[in-house]
Amino acid sequence: MDSIVFLIVRRMRQPLLTLLVVYAVAILGLVLIPGRDADGGVWHMSLFHAFYFVSYMATTIGFGEIPYAFTDAQRLWVSLSLYASVISWIYAFGTILSLVQDRTFQEALAESRFARRIRKMREPFHLVCGYGETGTALVQALTRRGQHAVVIDIDEARTNIIQLQDLREVVPALHGDAALTRHLQEAGLQHPSCAGVVALTDDNDVNLKIAITAKLLNPKIKVISRADSHDVEANMASFGTDHIVDPFDTFASHLAVAFQAPCLYLLQRWLTGREGVALSEPVYPPRDGHWVVCGYGRFGKAVCARLAGEGIRVVVIEARPELTGQPESDFVAGRGTEAETLNQADIENAAGLVAGTDNDANNLSIVMTARQLNPELFFVVRQNQHDDHDIIAAVDADMVMHPSSIIADKIRVLLATPMLYEFMSLALYQEDAWACELASRVSALVQDEVPSIREWSLDAGHTAAMHEYLVHGGQYTVEDLLRDPWYRARSLQAIVLLIHRRNDRILLPEVTAALKPGDRLLICGSRGAFTRMEWTVSHRHTLEYVKTGVDRPQGWLWRRLATHKGYRR
Amino acid sequence: MNPEKVVFGFFIVLALTLNFGFFVGEIENPEHHHVFELFAVVVVNLIATVLKFGDRSQMGALLLATSLVAILQLIAAAVVWTFAVHVYATGLTPDVMASIVSLSGGAMLANVISVILLIIETVMLRR
Repeated sequence: MDSIVFLIVRRMRQPLLTLLVVYAVAILGLVLIPGRDADGGVWHMSLFHAFYFVSYMATTIGFGEIPYAFTDAQRLWVSLSLYASVISWIYAFGTILSLVQDRTFQEALAESRFARRIRKMREPFHLVCGYGETGTALVQALTRRGQHAVVIDIDEARTNIIQLQDLREVVPALHGDAALTRHLQEAGLQHPSCAGVVALTDDNDVNLKIAITAKLLNPKIKVISRADSHDVEANMASFGTDHIVDPFDTFASHLAVAFQAPCLYLLQRWLTGREGVALSEPVYPPRDGHWVVCGYGRFGKAVCARLAGEGIRVVVIEARPELTGQPESDFVAGRGTEAETLNQADIENAAGLVAGTDNDANNLSIVMTARQLNPELFFVVRQNQHDDHDIIAAVDADMVMHPSSIIADKIRVLLATPMLYEFMSLALYQEDAWACELASRVSALVQDEVPSIREWSLDAGHTAAMHEYLVHGGQYTVEDLLRDPWYRARSLQAIVLLIHRRNDRILLPEVTAALKPGDRLLICGSRGAFTRMEWTVSHRHTLEYVKTGVDRPQGWLWRRLATHKGYRR
Repeated sequence: MNPEKVVFGFFIVLALTLNFGFFVGEIENPEHHHVFELFAVVVVNLIATVLKFGDRSQMGALLLATSLVAILQLIAAAVVWTFAVHVYATGLTPDVMASIVSLSGGAMLANVISVILLIIETVMLRR
């Protein structure tokens, strides 16, 4: 705000001085030039009258010659000062108008408006730095769940686009460099409601700078950052960045899970998927043969390491090994887009193929060529550009690796339902049969869409009725919670996945497990089930009906009458 | 030599000298205080105020504040004059004149501070 006043005042100095001088000269002239009164006697206009006259003359309002008709000398002076004053007014207005259109002025205005909006934020929000593909997907997912976000991006076109997007919450956006501490502070880094900072810019160094700034200025918030290289990752971990997301390693670990426990991988995709997306089919990556990996960049290396960990032979095809480094495994020089190199890699006897170069057209070409040579192959395709989604989907690969959506999905889970992340880590220790059974239960809940996931904590806030009931010694089990409040014999389409009780984690609790005040629950189910369950946890009367099956009267009078009747009976 | 500084200094000092010129004389005697002098004081003070606009430093802020005080006092004096002569038509009686001159005296004090600040700034610049 200060800078705006400063800018206006600084620019208006010259026009204001001009106006002042013109007014002063015009007034002085009117006072000095003698006039005639009604009787023809010499009359001098007083300063007060002169000021009054010039005030309406200069703005060309014009009330006439008062108090007496002017002499010719006075009229000559008035015509001169009229033009002078009108010109200086035009000059002043022109300066103001050009100031309003001025870029620096508008930027200062936008920045101060943004800062004011941030100061007024009362609900927790996440600061998202970088509004590219990943940032867009993340902000959409967050706002759809009613969470707040603030965006910084260095590209003005991207911050402008936010106003056109149909987001459910207002997302303040700042056009600025997130590597500058001042911009992060303006965006609310030190705001008491700031819950986390997500660094998603496409520059590793900027992400590093954001992470370290956030950790230094506000150590208690959660910092999540994208990192594309192991050096940067180690650097970020060294000062305590809470989560570092490397899309290539993340995907490679998913691939490993798919090898070891296909059901768990399926479950993971269902539970972490975006709401409203169709349920995906299970994939079974084959082990009966070697795998061909095209492209030995960051992605190729991460996949090779995991495949080697599974005890699978890998043949790498890389066009420029001098840049990427020579792989330890079998190696073919070439791009993989032509049959010759693929045949050198013995594609006909291979089980799987990873098209992992950083060029979508090449990846597609690799898949098409390889499919002609060996239609039975298991295909993993890397998608680099968001716009190529349709053509990548058209080749119908078994697994698609899209860095942006992998990062967005992972961060969305971390921010919205951190317990799901915990659940997945615990599930890794379970047998695959356990995951298969759970997957079939989940698919029974929801027909063909990804289930909703909610995290509820049984405290005095959202679930006040349930909290009060439990605190006063009431017994409530998981089974009771999952009863339909409209017809209690029926159970709702939901599963309690995890209960978090102080230091204990109860994975898939029994239906008879009792709830305790302060518990945090991770529940998955259909959207309708949550609407009904919300009645149960937040409405005392519904809660008791669901528990006991008795519809107790609510009002004081009816309660008295009911006791009376009960007594008589 | 910076011509901007010359103009700046000129108007600030002129504001004080004109103010002093209007202020001296018997406080109740209208013949010792001419209306043109008051007019000149108001105009020069306004110019001095505008010249002080847009300086972000602490010194600049203080200079602007003194000017605003002076302007406030001088406009009050001009309004009192206008009311006495034109609105109530009582003329410049001794008590009216006294209040006009004392208001301008207050403005002069602000102008003195302004000049002192200007001198301090110059001295500090030279070190």
